[in-house]
Amino acid sequence: MTTQIGQTAEKPTTHRVRAEKKAKVHLSEGKKAERKLGWMLCAPAAIVMLAVTAYPIIYSVWLSFQRFDLKFPDQREFIGLGNYVTVLSNQYWWTAFGITALITVVTVAVELVLGMALAWIMFRTLIARGLVRTAALIPYGIVTVVAAFSWKYAWTPGTGYLAKLFTDGAPLTERASSLAIIMLAEIWKTTPFMALLLMAGLALVPEDLLKAASMDGASGWQRFTKVMLPVMKPAILVALLFRTLDAFRVFDNIYVLTAGSNNTSSVSMLAYNNLIRGLNLGIGSTMSVLIFIAVAIIAFVFVKLFGTAAPGSSDEGRR
Amino acid sequence: MAVIDQSAGARWRWSVLDLVVIVFALIPVLWIASLSFKTPATITDGNFIPREWTLENYRNIFNTDQFVRALINSIGIGLISTLVAVVLGTMAAYAIARLDFPGKGLLIGISLLIAMFPQVSLVSPLFEIERSIGLFDTWPGLILPYITFGLPLAIYTLSAFFRQIPWDLEKAAKMDGATQGQAFRRVIAPLAAPGVVTTAILVFIFCWNDFLFAISLTSTERSRTVPAALSFFQGASQFEDPTGAISAAAVIITIPIILFVLFFQRRIVSGLTSGAVKG
Repeated sequence: MTTQIGQTAEKPTTHRVRAEKKAKVHLSEGKKAERKLGWMLCAPAAIVMLAVTAYPIIYSVWLSFQRFDLKFPDQREFIGLGNYVTVLSNQYWWTAFGITALITVVTVAVELVLGMALAWIMFRTLIARGLVRTAALIPYGIVTVVAAFSWKYAWTPGTGYLAKLFTDGAPLTERASSLAIIMLAEIWKTTPFMALLLMAGLALVPEDLLKAASMDGASGWQRFTKVMLPVMKPAILVALLFRTLDAFRVFDNIYVLTAGSNNTSSVSMLAYNNLIRGLNLGIGSTMSVLIFIAVAIIAFVFVKLFGTAAPGSSDEGRR
Repeated sequence: MAVIDQSAGARWRWSVLDLVVIVFALIPVLWIASLSFKTPATITDGNFIPREWTLENYRNIFNTDQFVRALINSIGIGLISTLVAVVLGTMAAYAIARLDFPGKGLLIGISLLIAMFPQVSLVSPLFEIERSIGLFDTWPGLILPYITFGLPLAIYTLSAFFRQIPWDLEKAAKMDGATQGQAFRRVIAPLAAPGVVTTAILVFIFCWNDFLFAISLTSTERSRTVPAALSFFQGASQFEDPTGAISAAAVIITIPIILFVLFFQRRIVSGLTSGAVKG
């Protein structure tokens, strides 16, 4: 880990020196060949990624301007923003949107706290470090649907050990308790991922700095807030960004746990229902576009927070 | 805490914390495993540990076409997607880590965007596109989106790995008289292999895990993967509860994950963390 830090710090300078050296040669044959090779190596990946995302999302925008119900294909026609009016004035959409936002905020906040604790344990524990890390990777790796079934049966009256311990009713048939269980399942599944990203940040905190702070009489909490958090900030923001966008897409757990009953649908669930169950391509596409816009806004806000350190902002220093 | 405290008290505190983590991580897995070993008579007793053990649930699912087909689909689709994504990702990551060319930042930006892309936004258009070109409910119909979403993961992880390889060794080998091919095979390939393996595991886990595409872009056993098939499981007769069958199938598809985690824990952790820190 420590060697990596050294490399990240050095990288920009060596890179720039190399670039300057190359600029002097002014596009020599070798340089041109390098460019060409670079493009050729990247082309297949770029083409696949664009073909399977950019084209469909544009197509989706086009579909969203049409009345297009596969049950009534004859009635297909261009209706402009009609679908958007329909969706945005629909209470189910806003309920689902609220649910999605609630799940996102609550799970990411809880995961940040738990993830920090888990990262600390995985990073610092004196005994059985490998075992702890292995155990923590299981929720990360396990198929979400499998975990969701496990939680579902755990809370099913009669079948489940948790239902037997904690409740007399059927928690998955009531809205508040269903949502709590969905969030529990999400948090269990994704906290380890959050913790791993945070652990990468923990590894960047210089040991000497902590020692010095400790000698100067800083308490554990002060060392955490004044020394560790500032160093970890980029890692924390990356972790928050990834998890927020991921949480906003919540689908698998809801599908298995409640199938969206009792108003527990997320926007993904609602879009899926309109498309696959309702076969309404126009409305389904409209929701797709709206979700895409919502995610883009979240990402934009985060990138503003990142400032120049944003990954993908194509600054060479970052790479 | 900066001072390493090796006292008995500290070891004891860490043991407790470790234990909490391990229990927290394992309980849902053990629970579904326990359900899969319960007999039909005891499956609704709510006991965490089965009172009567049986392998009947496993025998039943391996006797149904539904599960076996889905397992074959999952393995086939997962392996092909992983292979393609890792090959394309290796090429791109090599270029990103080693070569200087305009458009590099753009490619990194695109992969980052795709890593954050809401997959449900692709479901409606892909559903319609795949229906019209005959890819709906086929292996390629799932492989394509899996490659697409596996690629950013592959590019990030691999370029982080490639940046740590001491490439000067290649030059040194050539100076010692090795050809370009030999230098690659004998020197660079062995150094790059661990990174490629780790990436392959991460991409495979992603494909193995996917549910949204699997349930939206398939309609029959022809290409339905296990996560999607689970939600269609019925008991042997329509009056039979599918809990045991679903649990057994769930355990089967968890086995590869457990094996990866057990054998490659160190690599998976370093793959995920190094990719993250460097963007």
